[in-house]
Amino acid sequence: MTVLALRARRAWRPGSVTLLVGGVLTAFLVAVALTSLVWTPEDPARMRILQKLKGPLVSGLLGTDHLGRDVASMLMRGAFNSLTVAFAAVAVGAVLGTLAGVAAAARAGFDAVLMRICDALFALPPILSAIMLGALLGPGALTAIIAIGVFMIPVFARVTRGAALQIWARDYIMAARMAGKGTARITLEHVLPNIAGQIIVQVTIQLAMAILTEAGLSFLGLGLPPPAPTWGRMLAEAQTYLLQAPHLALAPGLAIAAAVLGLNLLGDGLAARLDPRRRQAS
Amino acid sequence: MVSRTRRHLLTGALLAALLVPGLAVAAPRTDLVLGMPVEPPGLDPTSAAPTVIGQVVWQNVFEGLTRVDRDGKVQPQLAKSWAVSPDGLTYTFALQAGVKFHNGEAFDAATAKFALDAIRAPGSVNPQKALYAVIADVKAPDPATLVLTLSKPSGNLLFWLGLPAAVMVEPKSRDGLKAIPVGTGPFRFASWRKGDRVELTRSPDHWDSARKVHLDKVTFRFIGDPQAAAAALRAGDVDAFPLLPAPELYAAFQKDKAFTAEPGLTEMKVVAGMNNAAKPFGDKRVRQALMMAVDRKLLVEGAYSGYGAAIGSHYTPNDPGYRDLTGVYPYDPKKAKALLAEAGYAKGLTFTFKSPQMAYASRTAEILQAMFAEVGVTMTIVPTEFPAKWVQEVMRDRSFDMTVIAHAEPMDIAIYSNDPYYFGYKNPAFNAVVTEAAQATDEAARLKAYGEAQQILADDVPALFLFVLPKLSVWKAKLTGFWKNEPVPSNDLTEVRWTE
Repeated sequence: MTVLALRARRAWRPGSVTLLVGGVLTAFLVAVALTSLVWTPEDPARMRILQKLKGPLVSGLLGTDHLGRDVASMLMRGAFNSLTVAFAAVAVGAVLGTLAGVAAAARAGFDAVLMRICDALFALPPILSAIMLGALLGPGALTAIIAIGVFMIPVFARVTRGAALQIWARDYIMAARMAGKGTARITLEHVLPNIAGQIIVQVTIQLAMAILTEAGLSFLGLGLPPPAPTWGRMLAEAQTYLLQAPHLALAPGLAIAAAVLGLNLLGDGLAARLDPRRRQAS
Repeated sequence: MVSRTRRHLLTGALLAALLVPGLAVAAPRTDLVLGMPVEPPGLDPTSAAPTVIGQVVWQNVFEGLTRVDRDGKVQPQLAKSWAVSPDGLTYTFALQAGVKFHNGEAFDAATAKFALDAIRAPGSVNPQKALYAVIADVKAPDPATLVLTLSKPSGNLLFWLGLPAAVMVEPKSRDGLKAIPVGTGPFRFASWRKGDRVELTRSPDHWDSARKVHLDKVTFRFIGDPQAAAAALRAGDVDAFPLLPAPELYAAFQKDKAFTAEPGLTEMKVVAGMNNAAKPFGDKRVRQALMMAVDRKLLVEGAYSGYGAAIGSHYTPNDPGYRDLTGVYPYDPKKAKALLAEAGYAKGLTFTFKSPQMAYASRTAEILQAMFAEVGVTMTIVPTEFPAKWVQEVMRDRSFDMTVIAHAEPMDIAIYSNDPYYFGYKNPAFNAVVTEAAQATDEAARLKAYGEAQQILADDVPALFLFVLPKLSVWKAKLTGFWKNEPVPSNDLTEVRWTE
């Protein structure tokens, strides 16, 4: 606590502004998403076809879409849907990737095999693979989560492996070994706590990636099926109304941009604080 | 380049007009650029089903023994007249003389026999083969006479012979028609740049002096994106778009004086087919209840910007003998709920809906979902890729509860008697009526039978009859001669011309 308080008092450290802006944007996004579960201005699935394509403030805060649904409400519930898929996908990637990464750092034999698998996964373009997966499993939340999550495993595996290898080279690891601790115990007690900061940074940045990919999949019709609103599908449906009702594309477009920007800034700000290499550099 | 030259010419002409009073200004244009949303996979309408094939070549490059005109009526074409025997089993056609194919081959009774035999051959891949199965024998007693013998009477035969699938082809060019169409029409094929355009030029020696064409050159351009299509029209890159793919962009053209935009009707019947062979749609009451849960007018407003016409059976206002049956099960959510309760679904009903990805289909799906929710029915939408996956799962495997598709073929009400077919609908009374309609040679009796067939479907609701897709055509105000409605999917350009 005291350490954190002390750090906070040192004003305008590198990363402070990004951290603040990123934190506020992300907190707002999460707050909106959670609020949508208990309250939205309208039922986001309710159609009032005769009230279609109304402009912002004419009907509701952000107007209505081509089927007369309230855009603000859809945007709010869309935030929840996007975040849920993104969080689940990143959780899959982070847990499996971190496990693979620390295992690779601990066992040289394992390392070679694992990193080649990661290379192979890296070679596949995620959106294209997600389309293939969608064709196999049928579109839906699970497909999106698996498709995005699987391609995050190598990202996390690489980051964790690199960081963990550095820790393994430290003297206190040698000391722990001397004290008779096994590989698993050292990993749990010394390696993981020391690389946690870098994993958290990576989680934030990958969340932004996941939101973007989820929007892409929904845009292509491979995300959550209707009536669940998603930003990607809102954007896809707004395409042909671009001239008549530009707000239909602007609203989800700006939402995606804000979410990605917020999470990226948060990630950058956190990196300046938590990543030992960048902490030294600054 | 062409347009720049044209502009120079025009400037020159204007200058000349100023300098020399009384000199005629530029003559009307004789070229046309026509836009289509989908490129055909080939150009032979006798060997593949997509209607876009006929929309390029039918009546322009290829002609038939008869033709269906803009009002859906049968007119003579390569057959100048015919006589039908009293028992309705023998058709004797008198053929036009002096007709040549674009490759110089002559058209006569032997060629006509070849073309009809090719449709009926065992290995034929003709998309409408079933329509011509009643033809038992084709004889060519002399070059100007063709005699068809039928196995049973077929009141629609002359109409079927006027469709794109029955155009006249000749043996020498037959195998290459997909890439190089060779017909007897007023335009001949010039070039095809894949992914971009097909060009036709006027045939110098077309036989039909009564129908003189006005255009010298026609370019079909394929523009899939609706925004790009609208932009191409406004920029003048395209002179006409007979089927604008996005209804939401249409209103702007209707207001624009530079364009003619009058919505007509196609033959595309949008119906939500149900699996009548399984629960819960085996119960007629469930189907009727869902029909009453749908506000068709509102659905058209949401799914197609209000263009198109609501239907109550599998028949369009273009078709002869049409009956407006939208009042048989009108929108009435209260009655729908009561009928569902009577059928044992008082506590609600849950099923899945396989939705193809076309805009009209996915919008219809979302709206139906919302309308069904009002009567306590939960419909889960499963987006299903069209055509491959949808055709496999719905048409072949018949593993679905409900789906939606636009049926494009004109006068295809008899598909509900097909067994097997994806609706899984079985009603001997309906089968008897459509057979009667198909075999009646007396027009009044035939239309009466078709009326009864429409009524049976409206009562039984094997599919939710929703609406007919509109023909949202746009062309430059100075053009005339296009079809407003589309009794046959086509772009017949024989009467199209520039007025100045």
